[in-house]
Amino acid sequence: MSPEILRLIAWSTLDTLVMVGLSGLFGTLLGLPLGIFLATSRANELFPAPAANRILGLIVNATRSTPFIILVVAIVPLTRLIAGTSIGTRAAVVPLTIAAIPFIARVIEGAIREVDQGLVEAARAFGASPLQIVQKVLLPEAMPAVTLALTLTVVSLLGYSAMVGAVGGGGLGDLGIRYGYQRFMPEVMATVVLVLIALVQGVQTLGEAIARRLDKRSRNS
Amino acid sequence: MNSPIPILSGAPVPPPSDVQTRPIIAFANVSKVYPARNESAQVVALDGIDLQVPEGAIVGVIGKSGAGKSTLIRLINGLERPSSGHVLVNSTDVTALDERGLRQARRSIGMIFQHFNLLSSRTAFENIALPLEIAGFPTSEIAGVVEPLLAMVGLSDKRDRYPAELSGGQKQRVGIARALATKPRVLLSDEATSALDPETTDQILSLLKTINAELKLTIVFITHEMSVVKTLADRVAVLDGGRIVEQGTTFEIFANPRHETTRRFVGSVAGGHVPGWLLAKLRSERLAGDSAVLHVAFVGRGADQPVLSRLARDLGVDVNILHGQVETIAGHPFGSLFISVSAEPEILRAIIAELKAGQNSVEHLGYVS
Repeated sequence: MSPEILRLIAWSTLDTLVMVGLSGLFGTLLGLPLGIFLATSRANELFPAPAANRILGLIVNATRSTPFIILVVAIVPLTRLIAGTSIGTRAAVVPLTIAAIPFIARVIEGAIREVDQGLVEAARAFGASPLQIVQKVLLPEAMPAVTLALTLTVVSLLGYSAMVGAVGGGGLGDLGIRYGYQRFMPEVMATVVLVLIALVQGVQTLGEAIARRLDKRSRNS
Repeated sequence: MNSPIPILSGAPVPPPSDVQTRPIIAFANVSKVYPARNESAQVVALDGIDLQVPEGAIVGVIGKSGAGKSTLIRLINGLERPSSGHVLVNSTDVTALDERGLRQARRSIGMIFQHFNLLSSRTAFENIALPLEIAGFPTSEIAGVVEPLLAMVGLSDKRDRYPAELSGGQKQRVGIARALATKPRVLLSDEATSALDPETTDQILSLLKTINAELKLTIVFITHEMSVVKTLADRVAVLDGGRIVEQGTTFEIFANPRHETTRRFVGSVAGGHVPGWLLAKLRSERLAGDSAVLHVAFVGRGADQPVLSRLARDLGVDVNILHGQVETIAGHPFGSLFISVSAEPEILRAIIAELKAGQNSVEHLGYVS
């Protein structure tokens, strides 16, 4: 492969990392509170708001069931409003974030619901407020599961980011389509796939390592 | 049980109890009804509960599962709200408090749990510090409270261990230290030893007794094990079907259980059950050469008397001990013996009269060959 192609691959990898990093970050910033709310707002829970819980749950489900490629096209006006453009790496962050929010919200909801209700009762018995229970009990106890959930999210986002290439986003997916597929350069396609595999492996390994460190439930930690 | 222990005719005078002191917890006609939901009918968890806990006492509430124990103990710190009635703790009506007021009140009521409920993400030290953090203690003062508590429960060397690295007994010690962090006047224990082995249970119970004595801490505990009541409680309330069917000092309850449920619980530890092998051999008709089987419950002073040897000497009968147990409850000897005597009916009546004379209860169960 020529040095230009290699440089292209390097830049595309960076683009992908930026897209995934930013959408993961924004997705977490918005998805985490949403996930906490979903996990604590049914009737008789810490912040009971069953109606809001149901409506947000419906929106989350609707967003999650929309195929990503359709979501990308459907929200082009929104993308243009936020990013100022609808093509390129910067624009791709918008649909990736929109897709990440409900995903992160659901996995975090699941992680928080896994926390033993006995701990919540104990905290209440010591006079903790609902907010203190979230801060001091639910989040710290759910942290290992939350880390694994975020790892899963980043891996999914890597896959999604390859898809935004098809609609003018940058990154490895875009490179693979334009060079590997449209210009018949199988070695570029193969390299793109290998880089993606390496990224997924790296993210998964890192995420699991962090989760293991955070998890004090097993004796050999 | 087919043959309950009979009611004692002359129950001994109960040891002086400390009910004269002002109750620190008082239930006044408290009921809790869980309303009907979907297909399930409404559930009356508690029905007209009146209960007073003297300051500094250790009060045990015993009942089968579903008797309402959990609900009862959770009414004290407002984790459950009653449907009617009032619960006073420390002269404050907790049933009238709003959430904010309740949170404040809960800081003077510690609680320990069957499954410990320690945070897995926090070390022993950090778990004990949790109630202090919640109460807004400055970080600089927390160690000064937590370290002595760790020492008191004997876990100073486990300070930085996570719950997963501790045994069940050690976890419950952390739970106890955590419950005491905010210097409460009342400690609630929700089946705190039910998940522990017998030896560890004894250690935890003696720790609780020490705490009660040294800190003048009132303890209310719920359990389904009469052995825990026997070891720990000054006073007992027996809960059945959401009602307190019997209450009194531990010794009164053991010496003179009136209600069927109480008798069953007492029988479970005081050897009052007819052993299975004996039950299989018992018959109600007397055949030639048969011995009569008697169950004798020795209570208080009656247990100090050499009854059996006197029986043998005065009436000239041979007494065979089939099964039995003698132990100490609330500082008084308490025995339960199954004996067989070979005697004609009129001699048997004399034997029973002789045994009953010493404040013991006697029941003629039947005959064995």
